[in-house]
Amino acid sequence: MSPSLAVRDSNTMLRRNLLHARRYPSLTLNLLLTPIVLLLLFVYVFGDVMSAGMGGGGGADRSAYIAYVVPGILMMTIGGTVVGTAVSVSNDMTEGIIARFRTMAIHRGSVLIGHVVGSVLQCIASVVLVGAVAVAIGFRSTDATALEWLAALGLLALVALALTWIAVGMGMISPNAEAASNNALPLVVLPLISSAFVPVEAMPGWFQPIAEYQPFTPAIETLRGLLLGTEIGYNGWLAVAWCLALSALGYTWSKSTFNRDPK
Amino acid sequence: MPSSVMPTSHQIAVSATGLRKSYGDKTVLDGIDLRIPAGSVFALLGPNGAGKTTVVKILSTLVSAGGGQAHVAGHDIAADPQAVRSAIGVTGQFSAVDGLITGEENMLLMADLHHLPKPEGRRIAADLLERFDLSEAAKKPASTYSGGMKRRLDIAMTLVGNPRIIFLDEPTTGLDPRSRHTMWQIIRELVTDGVTVFLTTQYLEEADELADRVAVLNDGKIAAEGTPEELKRRVPGGHVRLRFTDPAAYHRAATALNEATRDDEALALQIPSAGSQRELRSLLDWLDSAGVEADELTVHTPDLDDVFFALTGGPATVPHQPKENVR
Repeated sequence: MSPSLAVRDSNTMLRRNLLHARRYPSLTLNLLLTPIVLLLLFVYVFGDVMSAGMGGGGGADRSAYIAYVVPGILMMTIGGTVVGTAVSVSNDMTEGIIARFRTMAIHRGSVLIGHVVGSVLQCIASVVLVGAVAVAIGFRSTDATALEWLAALGLLALVALALTWIAVGMGMISPNAEAASNNALPLVVLPLISSAFVPVEAMPGWFQPIAEYQPFTPAIETLRGLLLGTEIGYNGWLAVAWCLALSALGYTWSKSTFNRDPK
Repeated sequence: MPSSVMPTSHQIAVSATGLRKSYGDKTVLDGIDLRIPAGSVFALLGPNGAGKTTVVKILSTLVSAGGGQAHVAGHDIAADPQAVRSAIGVTGQFSAVDGLITGEENMLLMADLHHLPKPEGRRIAADLLERFDLSEAAKKPASTYSGGMKRRLDIAMTLVGNPRIIFLDEPTTGLDPRSRHTMWQIIRELVTDGVTVFLTTQYLEEADELADRVAVLNDGKIAAEGTPEELKRRVPGGHVRLRFTDPAAYHRAATALNEATRDDEALALQIPSAGSQRELRSLLDWLDSAGVEADELTVHTPDLDDVFFALTGGPATVPHQPKENVR
């Protein structure tokens, strides 16, 4: 099959998935609610304590903590959005229409590619929405150049791609939507135990490795560096490496599961 | 599509030799041979769990065969599945429509996946929706459709690519009698367009109504194959069945009519008979003169049911099944 037909079929599948998302927005909106609620909770309810704890010293000044927490919340938004991807992939695989696709002369990978591209686009839309809320409550980037903004967006898209492929794999092996949502839970929990809300150094010693050696922490630190000018160090390369490794893993996993004979 | 069919095999739409499939250590198909001429309706008949769906799944490239060979539209299913896919249309046992989008969107999705130009896709979708009486519901989500409507949409979607060979896995299972007759009509129309139809069914009546050739699948093997007429000829002819309530009358009749097959439990006798008026009259005359009165008299002519039960071993409780028919 020629590459142009692969693109055409994937595009058709993408439009199908976006149509689903548009027709049934409740799943996407529900998943958006979590990061927004957490953002408001951490800023307005815990914000003073958090700022004080971080040595901001301002007490009533929450802006320091808003700046700290927003990059983590944005990454968490991606984690939450791809839970929806796992659920919709799982739903899709239990539908008879997938069997129909498998017996048609179409590009075989287009079903998965449609899901992946659709999910990345949804992640970006969600990040923009949550980002808008963050700006509305006072988040400001301190010294990011246009290039750094672009890099930040690129990083978010790369994280979205990596987590999407993992979520697709999770959706493929889940027998139903509930199982898919449970299987994808780590993608929501991992940011909670990363440097999203408090710095790793502020955590108990035994816990620090867990927070440090996981994909969200380097990604969040890199985003922080890009938007707020903090030290990035080797976190940038680490984040990219994590994303590429997770993408490759999720891709291989999903593809081999999809190519297996259906029951 | 049809242009790529090899000339040598163009009369045969589907052929298979020694198809096998097992799941774990359970053998589902144990060597299936098929030869289906192009433009005919072939029915694969069998009880639940006989392996009908597995045959369809293998021939439609959904699952791989565990052994054996098959050609569909002249293409080897294992070596060139993509060529097979471009020649076939499949309507599985379970609805293969996208419930989240409308009937029309389902049709346009198929048109896009068949790479039809937009206007042509739209025209074909509208025509098929009209033909299958779905125009009114076209803008509603497919999940709101009734069973019969879903099945019609399913077949309409299968037809978008103008397939030369259509697989229908139990197309009428779960449909009410009216939808079932509509479906039969649809299948007959397909054949007049020159399409080859491969259908599976557990209804003998359906195979009898629609199929040019029938194969009876039982326990993963083809138990018999032929036209419905040929198959009916393979089982012994009809009979008259006499049922009694009075055991004494039953025994008297049974000793006198020694050609009859006895069913002592049901107090019933089966007398071989073609069911002609003359034969019936002589039987009735004999009963009168012997002073025996049967409580019920039924005339039974052989149908596919007999073939089916004879070949598949049948349910043990089938009352009118003469023992000698069971292999």
